Amino acid sequence: MTAIIQSILFLIVLGLTGFFFLKKAREIYKNIKRGKAEDISDRPGERWKNVFLLAFGQKKMFRNMTPALLHLCVYVAFLVTQVELIEIVIDGIFQTHRFFYPILGGLYTFVINFIEILSVLALIATFAFLARRNLLKIPRFQMDEMTGWPKLDGNLILLFEIVLVTFIFMMNSADMAMHHGEYGFWLSGILGSAIEGLPHGVLVAMERIGWWGHILLVFGFLNYIPYSKHLHIMLAFPNAYYANLESKGEMSNMPAIMKEVQSMMDPNAAMDDSAAVDEEMPSFGAKDVDELSWKSLLDAYTCTECGRCSAACPASGTGKLLSPRKIMMDVRDRMEDLTKLEAKHGPDHKDGKMLIGDYISPEEIKACTTCNACVEECPVSISPLNIILELRRYQILEAADSPEEWNLMFTNVENNGAVWQFNPADRANWINEA
Amino acid sequence: MSENGLDVPMMSDLAARGEKPEVLFWVGCAGSFDSRAQKVTKAFVKILNAVGVKFAILGPEETCTGDPARRAGNEFLFQMQAATNIMTLDQYEIKKIVTACPHCFNTLKNEYPVLGGNYEVIHHTTFLQGLINEGKLKMKGGGTFKGKKITYHDSCYLGRANNIYEAPRKLLEALDAELVELKRCRSKGLCCGAGGAQMFKEEENGSLRVNQERTKDVLEAKPDIVAVGCPFCSTMLGDGVKEKEKQDQIQVKDIAELIAEAQDLD
Ligand code: HEM
Ligand code: SF4
Ligand code: SF4
Repeated sequence: MTAIIQSILFLIVLGLTGFFFLKKAREIYKNIKRGKAEDISDRPGERWKNVFLLAFGQKKMFRNMTPALLHLCVYVAFLVTQVELIEIVIDGIFQTHRFFYPILGGLYTFVINFIEILSVLALIATFAFLARRNLLKIPRFQMDEMTGWPKLDGNLILLFEIVLVTFIFMMNSADMAMHHGEYGFWLSGILGSAIEGLPHGVLVAMERIGWWGHILLVFGFLNYIPYSKHLHIMLAFPNAYYANLESKGEMSNMPAIMKEVQSMMDPNAAMDDSAAVDEEMPSFGAKDVDELSWKSLLDAYTCTECGRCSAACPASGTGKLLSPRKIMMDVRDRMEDLTKLEAKHGPDHKDGKMLIGDYISPEEIKACTTCNACVEECPVSISPLNIILELRRYQILEAADSPEEWNLMFTNVENNGAVWQFNPADRANWINEA
Repeated sequence: MSENGLDVPMMSDLAARGEKPEVLFWVGCAGSFDSRAQKVTKAFVKILNAVGVKFAILGPEETCTGDPARRAGNEFLFQMQAATNIMTLDQYEIKKIVTACPHCFNTLKNEYPVLGGNYEVIHHTTFLQGLINEGKLKMKGGGTFKGKKITYHDSCYLGRANNIYEAPRKLLEALDAELVELKRCRSKGLCCGAGGAQMFKEEENGSLRVNQERTKDVLEAKPDIVAVGCPFCSTMLGDGVKEKEKQDQIQVKDIAELIAEAQDLD
């Protein structure tokens, strides 16, 4: 009887988890689709290589040894634990007990032992992460944008992890105690022998609390992730696939402007293109998220808020307002705000706000030296620079908001073909000057 | 031959004689007009002359590649510059370009192809290393720089943007000097503060200027010479060192100048 009730309860919770997760996932998908279309499907071979090297292989993480090793523990534990999760779902639905045990036998013991050892390593890593954030106060976790929710989020994930591992051990050691060590798990065996003397009913309750506690937490976590920087555990993989494969120094071309300039300079082309003149001139650059590439929006949802970018940024490092991590967080906040507003007031609602001005100030983007340090450092293939450059294009081409000194430089280039005011005829004078 | 003993052929003269250069030397705005960078231009030309490389410059026909305009956000101006330059380069059927400016290098190499300008583009450090490898440029060992401590500042547009880290270092090794790395080097190198059109405006408010921050790294390494491969890095670090009144102890020099000096070409 209790088996059927547990089975039904499990199915209900599983259904609700799936429903809410898919609902939020669809919302995020729609948000990313707000972005401008950009075809990123070339060279699949190189892209898969990036998925294996950058995401599975954590290549960029290893630019920074300590956090890389700590993270590796949590990451590998997570990947391997998926085996156990499959079993828990099967056991939950069919009310079997350790479904894989009779099938796998000794291999089962090996896998669970492996998971238990990794879980302990992950637990140690988690405490180290907590210490790095709260006690050691690693500078990149202390910048201005890391107060309030982002700070809490960072700690909550780690607390989740601790409780999760506790439940796993509660379940396994009670199970070992009840079955007199039959499964042969080393670590939970040690814990199990310590509680073997407890009444059977208590052990059953402990096993059930551990089992339900674990799975409910996993389900809860699954629905927490889409609101958190922890979303990277899913999106780091597609984001590595869609990573930029060109030289980092290359800025994206603007075909509309290219065509216009080329037809201006070539009278024949202008004649051919006369039909195109009627076409509505597109808006240049980006003032809001819908004018950024969808990849930039995927970037924003993938960001782990680790701050490696800002720690390497010459502007952040010299006290300027610009912080590339904040750029990524602002883009995500903007998408989430738009979703909320549209849910409340209908899909065509406009709040009169823009990404530039209301979320990111012109002062921030002006401070960027386009040095690519942020892009180089990001372990999950994000380019804050792309967003900054698209916003700059809007500022100059649409808002005509340019520093006076830049206007002077533009005028020089336009009038005399050099960034400074020199006569073009004097360009080779250096040959004869002392 | 010029009054300075330089042999700098103009592309238009070569074309008039129906001749073609092995390589076009793209001098750039800084290399043409900035008094500090002009010295680098001359040093590079002296090496080319000494080795006997058949090159030419565009002279008055060269104009800004459009890099700073594009990075400031002014795509129209960039496209105008690119179209003009591509027209000039194609008219002379240029195939190969060498330049001493990483910004010109990056733009010509990575951004002109989509616009129809396809050239083999080489930074002068890679070009000089090629000359050494081919045996055309023979370094005189044990000379000018023996026992000197030299450090190298990676320019963003050579390093991270184009993954060129080795050629400049190989050249410095050929100088027989002691190469010391800065705290932040190679792909972790800190910007000098000039890129992204920052060179042409005041910095935003902050606690320091970027070149002051980078100068701290330089002073920490205690070099005799800071080698650079970019005219803008040269200006920024030169200013930073001067501000700390260390210009007598620490010289900021382009690698081409160091090579020319080692070859007694200066
Ligand atoms: C798929 C399973 C994964 C799990 C369970 C996982 C888990 C975690 C956890 C718990 C943190 C928080 C650490 C802290 O508080 O500082 C974290 C942070 C992070 N993760 Fe992951 N992660 C996963 C995948 C990935 C992948 C594929 C990458 C890409 C290389 C990645 C990159 C990062 C980065 C950059 C941080 C920031 C941490 C730091 O600053 O050192 N993660 N991850
Ligand atoms: S490219 Fe811009 S935002 Fe990124 S690190 Fe350099 S200065 Fe900072
Ligand atoms: S953009 Fe990349 S490096 Fe910067 S905080 Fe996000 S994940 Fe970290």
